[in-house]
Amino acid sequence: MKTLTFAEAIREALSEEMARDEKVYLIGEDIGTYGGVFKVTQGLLEKFGSQRVIDAPISESAIVGSSVGAALMGLRPVAEIEFSDFLTIAMDHIANSAAKMEFLYDGQVNLPLVVRTACGAGVGAGPHHSQSLESWFVHVPGLKIIMPSTPYDAKGLLKSAIRDDGPVLFFEHKYLYKTVKGPVPQEEYTLPIGVAEVIRPGDDVTIITYGRMAHIALSAASMLESKGVSAEVLDLRTLKPFDKDSIISSVKKTGKVVIVHESVLTGGFGGEIAAFLADEAFYHLDAPIKRVGALECPVPASPILEKFFLPDEGRIIAAVNEISG
Amino acid sequence: MSNLTNEDLLMMYRWLLVDRRFEERSAELYAQGKTVGFQHLSIGQEAITVGTCYGLRNGDLIMPTHRGKGKFLMKGISMRTIVAGMYGKGIGAKCPISHVGDLSVGVLAGTGLIGSGIPITVGAALALKMNKSENVAIHFFGDGAANRGDFHEGLNLAAILKLPIIFVCENNQYAIATPVQESTAVENISVRSLSYGFPGITVDGNDVLAVYEATQEAVERARMGDGPSLIECKTYRWKGHGATDPDFYRSEEERKAWREKCSIKRFEIHLAERGIMEPAVKGKFLSEIDDEINDAVEYAEALPYPKPDELLNFIGRGSKKESSLQ
Repeated sequence: MKTLTFAEAIREALSEEMARDEKVYLIGEDIGTYGGVFKVTQGLLEKFGSQRVIDAPISESAIVGSSVGAALMGLRPVAEIEFSDFLTIAMDHIANSAAKMEFLYDGQVNLPLVVRTACGAGVGAGPHHSQSLESWFVHVPGLKIIMPSTPYDAKGLLKSAIRDDGPVLFFEHKYLYKTVKGPVPQEEYTLPIGVAEVIRPGDDVTIITYGRMAHIALSAASMLESKGVSAEVLDLRTLKPFDKDSIISSVKKTGKVVIVHESVLTGGFGGEIAAFLADEAFYHLDAPIKRVGALECPVPASPILEKFFLPDEGRIIAAVNEISG
Repeated sequence: MSNLTNEDLLMMYRWLLVDRRFEERSAELYAQGKTVGFQHLSIGQEAITVGTCYGLRNGDLIMPTHRGKGKFLMKGISMRTIVAGMYGKGIGAKCPISHVGDLSVGVLAGTGLIGSGIPITVGAALALKMNKSENVAIHFFGDGAANRGDFHEGLNLAAILKLPIIFVCENNQYAIATPVQESTAVENISVRSLSYGFPGITVDGNDVLAVYEATQEAVERARMGDGPSLIECKTYRWKGHGATDPDFYRSEEERKAWREKCSIKRFEIHLAERGIMEPAVKGKFLSEIDDEINDAVEYAEALPYPKPDELLNFIGRGSKKESSLQ
């Protein structure tokens, strides 16, 4: 085992997959010479050359649109959208082009496209560099959506995403890049898309979460333990398709659910999970389904207000308490 | 143009007739309620179809606009597939046949958004270059698309990456009911190539040989690795935008003036002047073409309509490598 940061693990995944398959190439803003604004792609231009690490102009729509065209022709582009807030500019090519191409060609083509993007708040980057918009894309048939929380998951899932023959959105929480370190095997490995993981077993309540909130949930679970509440934390890792079996399995055991995500509560992915539970796990539930998400406003510029905006251990514990005892 | 033989010219003439006749017959089918989806007839714009597509290699790529079916036919998608698609059968069960794709003959599927295809074709051209192919890509778009952000992003990206792509603007003066003079800040869309540092030219879009010449020059540039070109073809659609368009925003004077510039009539005169075509040939061609269309219609009529399973099977397919838990 070796220890890597979240960013290093992602870089390794990219490097290994590019070495393994010459059809894999990168395109994005500042990814080449600059090594990426978060240094994720550092060194890759030197290693693979400018044909395979393309520094793009500020053209998010063409970055993703051109990647769709290249993928149709058999290349395997990994396009970076520097901040996930800018996915809005590429929305047409993600939702209308990439997600629908295999359908339009009636299965005659693959679309091996990965769009990697840095999401999330907590770094004081303000309203347009901090959003968590994953739920918008969950609504689009044809996409897979991944949001890992650890270096191990990030590397394994990104490799799988690159090898997948359909379009995948890969959300990397920017707060985790340097702050989270974790063990990563020396040897080659991949992780299956669509499989959740119990990252902390427990009996009294299931906390369903993903991304940076997986870490906050673990922290909350420790605090709850000292109060005699045993919380199981389930890290979804993949949002589309999400692991229905693992969710039901856990809820059968605990009977109580708190869904925690960093994205704004209303219209957040937690609603989809809650509806699924109300439909398919109703008789296992002993209490209402709780959701914890960010407040209903843009991400504020002030770090003080940003902290207040985001879910924290306190809000998770409060939600657990509401359905306990 | 010196490389066009008399046989080539006759073939081009035949294709002009195919394009025109297919659209006329499509309109009949639409009026009979046989077809699904929209109708966007390309009658009047035949010279662009034939001038650009004649002589392309199988591996060259095109992404046509939603207007007309002639380019699909010229590139090698069968008339049967197209007509069946118009009935909502075959590939037309899922993809509106007006932007169908078939990579085996170099046709890229468009999407239903005007202008969005531009970056997609740019990406396909990037793949051609990365694969060190000698093939080129031709992207077709209308005057309306020239004002989309994707036009600017796409042309710029093609320029800086020096891609083997030709952008062909079918400027038929209107985007649905909006005249180009009211929507577009320049008189000739071809000048926009200057913004991206590559050649642009405006040609008479109803002169099949002028279109052919400009296209071949641009194709050669692209094949030699000299990058993109923009060809603006000025033309006019004889019919309304779609089937229900009352076309009140255009004068009969204007329509009449453009009908007099009919690309087929003009080419007939050209061929007659050069003594290339016997008068009976037109009738022979039209008879053959109608037979082909009849065959395609029979095929389409006989093909079963899609069943719900077709959709359900697609949904259950998942990705090829990873199992879907959905």
